[in-house]
Amino acid sequence: MKTSMKIFSLAAFALISVSALAQEGQPWIHDPSTIMECDGKYYTFGTGGGGLISEDGWNWYGGAVRPGGGAAPDAMKIGDRYLIAYSATGGGLGGGHAGRVLTMWNKTLDPNSPDFAYTEAIEVAASEMDEDCDAIDAGLFMDPQTGRLWCTYGTYFGFIRIVELDPKTGARVEGNEAVNVAIDCEATTVIYRNGWYYLLGTHGTCCDGVNSTYNIVVGRSRSVTGPYLDNMGRDMVAGGGKMVIDGDDRQFGAGHFGRYIEDEGVEKMSFHWEADLDRSARSVLAIRPIIWVNDWPVAGDPFKAGTYEISSVRRGYALELAVDFVRQNIARRGGWRMDPNEPIVVHPNQTLEEVIGTWPEGEIPARVGDWMNRPHQRWVITAVPEAGGYLGGQYYKIQIEGTQKSLAAAEGAEVVVTPEYTGAPEQLWRIEQLIDGSYRIMPKAVPGCDCQYVLTSIADSTPTLAKWDFNSDNCKWNFIRKQ
Amino acid sequence: MILALAFVAAASFSADAKKKTVDLIEKYPALAPYFSTPSSDAMQPDELGFIRRWLLLEPISKPNRGNTVFVDSYIRKNLDTGWNKGDFKLPKDGDKVTMEVEYQKPVDMSAGRPRMPFQEPEVEMVKAKLTWHALDSKLFNVKLYRYAVGTETGRYGIICRAVTVIDVPEDIENVRLAVGSNSASMWWIDGEEVLILSGDRRMVMDDAASKRLTLKKGRHILSGAVINGPGMSDFCVRFIDENGNPVMNYNILNK
Repeated sequence: MKTSMKIFSLAAFALISVSALAQEGQPWIHDPSTIMECDGKYYTFGTGGGGLISEDGWNWYGGAVRPGGGAAPDAMKIGDRYLIAYSATGGGLGGGHAGRVLTMWNKTLDPNSPDFAYTEAIEVAASEMDEDCDAIDAGLFMDPQTGRLWCTYGTYFGFIRIVELDPKTGARVEGNEAVNVAIDCEATTVIYRNGWYYLLGTHGTCCDGVNSTYNIVVGRSRSVTGPYLDNMGRDMVAGGGKMVIDGDDRQFGAGHFGRYIEDEGVEKMSFHWEADLDRSARSVLAIRPIIWVNDWPVAGDPFKAGTYEISSVRRGYALELAVDFVRQNIARRGGWRMDPNEPIVVHPNQTLEEVIGTWPEGEIPARVGDWMNRPHQRWVITAVPEAGGYLGGQYYKIQIEGTQKSLAAAEGAEVVVTPEYTGAPEQLWRIEQLIDGSYRIMPKAVPGCDCQYVLTSIADSTPTLAKWDFNSDNCKWNFIRKQ
Repeated sequence: MILALAFVAAASFSADAKKKTVDLIEKYPALAPYFSTPSSDAMQPDELGFIRRWLLLEPISKPNRGNTVFVDSYIRKNLDTGWNKGDFKLPKDGDKVTMEVEYQKPVDMSAGRPRMPFQEPEVEMVKAKLTWHALDSKLFNVKLYRYAVGTETGRYGIICRAVTVIDVPEDIENVRLAVGSNSASMWWIDGEEVLILSGDRRMVMDDAASKRLTLKKGRHILSGAVINGPGMSDFCVRFIDENGNPVMNYNILNK
């Protein structure tokens, strides 16, 4: 019985750990389209029709409606309408390769809206039975430099091609000729940043559950029609591609990249895991931060609960309780007075019990100071599943290790540490990795203020809450894991 | 926090006050690289918003075993003594104040640097008569060590009090007092605590900042106290806005 209980506990722990890392609800999907926001909800469509809806970006359920069946749709908002592209596919790798890429419009993605009505789908590209292209897996791209609309498509059976569409009609631009931009990959899409066009595609084995080696790679070009070269200078038409994300510890088969720019400096990528070992090896929606390293996109990691130093990017000082610094009573051992034969003594770190009696009982201001690995600087960050979430993440409580003392937003848009955790929204924190790899930390609510402020260093040693500004290191923090 | 009070009393600070007849810089030329005699005109913040016009009390002897003792509770106990609250009135240049202070024999500098025993110093209580001096800092940071040594009134183990007047032409919302000090310090506006910098501090521009303040139209007394053990001592003070930029639209007075 004890053994059973232990096994049960371990399993429960594993589930809790998993829930902190993956989308909640019923995020079952294959080949998800780029996530769209419509009237405060998030949508993504998948192969076979239908798709997922989320009210908070963290809990996902079925309910999205896309007619036409077929494979691997994509979506884009243009003006006040949504353009959906999908493929009426052939027989897959072992079958025929006659494919058709279709587009259609809808004023809303909410199937309960009276405005919800798809236009009749129109063909924008096609492939013959045995040509070097399989016209499925559409990816839409609006060039922010020119306002021109593009669509990539194709699979492992030959070339990936790009064609131009009319952003007013969603139809193929008359006379436009397809250009080959890659070979032998799937689920391509183009994105733009800093003068570079990026072509993302999926390599590896599709559709083989936990044995799928699906992985997302990228090449870049100064022109939307290529050539797209990887970090080694290989053209994607020659099979090139730099890794963006492949397998994880418990999830495998990353495919069908979609980019979502949430805020300046806050970008997320959607994709599917072909199989999630913690969820019956189902294909599931995944959302990760995008980090840009030397103008290359790479996938960030989901935030993991644990014990951390929270370090300001501004100075590198650590977030802490504003309490008296308590000296450790360990004799100073100047090197010039040392007996070289004296036995080595290992000293412990200062403990909470040694100092907590010196801390005030009530609310304590937060401060930022030199990291000394002292109890007033060690923060335990724990997911709060019942608090909902945001796109790709859930809310956390941030507490001094071994206590209930909780970081909280306060009146006047300041930040304090409350003696107890109550679950109030001002004690819940959104933690998002930024495109430079650092993090922003945002309270769910600020008392007395209808504002979306983030934890900010207004001075080297002074935290506060203020408007998000990606271009200021004041708004950025690093989490340095301690346990 | 809204600082509704706007007051400055022009009365003399102490019954011991005497009109100064000797220019401090002439008397102590060592001050010249760091300080100048204030003009009668109002001063504005410098190009980065730093406040350079101050009334500085001669150092209060406060021996200590080093700067690491300056934790928050120590600062409150030793700097927040009520000296600038209640019926506190702006001192005038040359005003004197008498107080009991802790005294320790002068630090042995024969080795070229102070000996740091890291033990509580042995002190005796003595009566001291200290003078307020009106000075303009030539630098953005007010060099308290140079002030103490230059006036031959102290070196290490001292508390320096600083006072100035902010004359605000119209309400300014959402500003913060931003301070860097060597070593620890505490700051007040119209007698209300707005900021504390504890620990073994280095003088760093915008090291710490107060909560958001509203400076109401009128005059406000800005006061601070800086404590130092061994080593250099100085401070820099300015107001910053919501974006960390300097606030410039006010005058600085010393009377």
